[in-house]
Amino acid sequence: MPCIEARGLRKAYGTTIALDGVDLRVEYGRILGLIGPNGAGKTTALDAILGLIPYDGELKVLARDPWNQREQLMRDVCFIADVAVLPRWARVSHLLDYVAGVHPRFDRAKAEGFLAKTSIRRTSKVRELSKGMVTQLHLALVMAIDARLLVLDEPTLGLDILFRKQFYDSLLNDYFDHNRTIVVATHQVEEIEHVLTDVMFIDRGRIVFNRSMDEVEARYTEVMVRPERVPEARGLKPIYERPSIDGSVLLFDGIERERLAPLGEVRRPSIADLFVAVLSGQGGQAQGGVQ
Amino acid sequence: MNTQANTLRESSMESPAAAAAIIPLSRRMRWAVRRELWENRSIFIAPLAVGGLTLLGSLISMVHLPAKMRAAMSLDPVKQHELILQHYFIASGVMMLTTLVVGIFYCLDALYGERRDRSILFWKSLPVSDLETVLSKMITPLLILPLVAFGVAVIVQGIMLLASSAVLAGSGLSVAMLWTHAAVLQTWPMLLYHLLTVHGLWYAPVYAWLLLVSAWARRAPFLWAFLPPLAIVAVEKIAFNTSYFWEMLVNRVIGGPGGEDYMANSLSMDPLMHFKPALFFISPGLWIGLAVATAFLVLAIKARRSGRPI
Repeated sequence: MPCIEARGLRKAYGTTIALDGVDLRVEYGRILGLIGPNGAGKTTALDAILGLIPYDGELKVLARDPWNQREQLMRDVCFIADVAVLPRWARVSHLLDYVAGVHPRFDRAKAEGFLAKTSIRRTSKVRELSKGMVTQLHLALVMAIDARLLVLDEPTLGLDILFRKQFYDSLLNDYFDHNRTIVVATHQVEEIEHVLTDVMFIDRGRIVFNRSMDEVEARYTEVMVRPERVPEARGLKPIYERPSIDGSVLLFDGIERERLAPLGEVRRPSIADLFVAVLSGQGGQAQGGVQ
Repeated sequence: MNTQANTLRESSMESPAAAAAIIPLSRRMRWAVRRELWENRSIFIAPLAVGGLTLLGSLISMVHLPAKMRAAMSLDPVKQHELILQHYFIASGVMMLTTLVVGIFYCLDALYGERRDRSILFWKSLPVSDLETVLSKMITPLLILPLVAFGVAVIVQGIMLLASSAVLAGSGLSVAMLWTHAAVLQTWPMLLYHLLTVHGLWYAPVYAWLLLVSAWARRAPFLWAFLPPLAIVAVEKIAFNTSYFWEMLVNRVIGGPGGEDYMANSLSMDPLMHFKPALFFISPGLWIGLAVATAFLVLAIKARRSGRPI
């Protein structure tokens, strides 16, 4: 049984279709990046997974039905949906007391340990903390919960680069192990690229790309091609091409590196470039269909 | 001993199935109530502030106390009773009004504020059901506020009584007359009974309605709470030239089961006027009210379940 399994997941808000038949399967021990532009359906997908909204289709998270079993599910799942959702009136000590009071898997000592590494005082109110500190506090609370699935929705939105980096570093170093599963949704691709084991692109309510990072590494190659060799390189059918300072950057799918190496400098594409390539490829197809 | 044994047992069971330990409902509810008190300090502060001001007023009035008592001696017992207890009536009446006002604002914000400041996303990330959340918010006006009001009223009236006795003794008057009329040991249990039955049970549908609006309204919960009932009153008056709905509302807020005028009675500390539990607990008004309150709460739980930040 996978950690998350969805078949034909659909959700419409009035006439707007937020999820248009999503199939997905996330195994235990993975770190999945759910990447998509704003309004692509990332948050809707995560809301469905967390039992925050009703949906159509089949969805099982840790073998449970999220909408009907949210509170049971939340014993094994924790999430940070967006930054700054901690109640502003609460004191740090209140939050520790309360979570320790209601959550069977919360290890208070662990949370205190994480907080000791920050400058957050136990008597402070959330409203007195900076945005970065609130995120640190939330992360300390969440990481002290022995959950099997952690869901993060744009967890670092609005934070400065230093905190963003720290955030993912502590997740990897202090939290993740192979019994846990993490799903991160973001549109800031660069900063999570190196932590992911799997990547999924979502666009207009559909999953348009779904591969492990190993597969991505094996299949996709980016080549910096000097202008005079571009026509030759195009013969190998790149899936995407963009101009650069001295020539073009071409992205290939499933072409051996040995064949590409003579054309120019070969490297692994960034997820951001792959994302642009896949989404503009989608757009092209859609347009092709219309014409 | 017991806790130690529990800890041992929990830590020795490391399998994932055993780790699905469940925190008992009673403990979760205790924390939920504590949480409400942290967030809504007005539950304590408003009654304390009002109690403090009442006390201040009554201490100032004690300048005239010896003269008042001398005048009271020549009156007949009923008038005497009213004159002497006037301040005590006011003290408990004001406390009840405070409870009602705090309860109204508390309920309107209880499920609206968490959506407005997005903290609902944090609360929902914890293993606490919407049913428990809504019930814990209903406990506040139903039980916590009446108990706080009772506690503060007892302190305020106790101090008033002691201070009055001191003033009277100081001016060479007997305190016996004061203590016969202000028989607090009899009236305090009645006050508690009144607070729990009328302010808790009788007002339950009012608080449940406010919680429903609070869980459902996307903006202006205050208007949603008060305008639709008024609209119904207006439509009924225009269409049928009747005002049953208005009378029902008035009866709910200042009346009581059997159409007694509770507002007037609540100012009185006469135990016999209040203590009619048989009448209260068999009155259809109470049970209809509780049924309506339950329906509102079910809808509020439903609204909370799909509640999103606004």
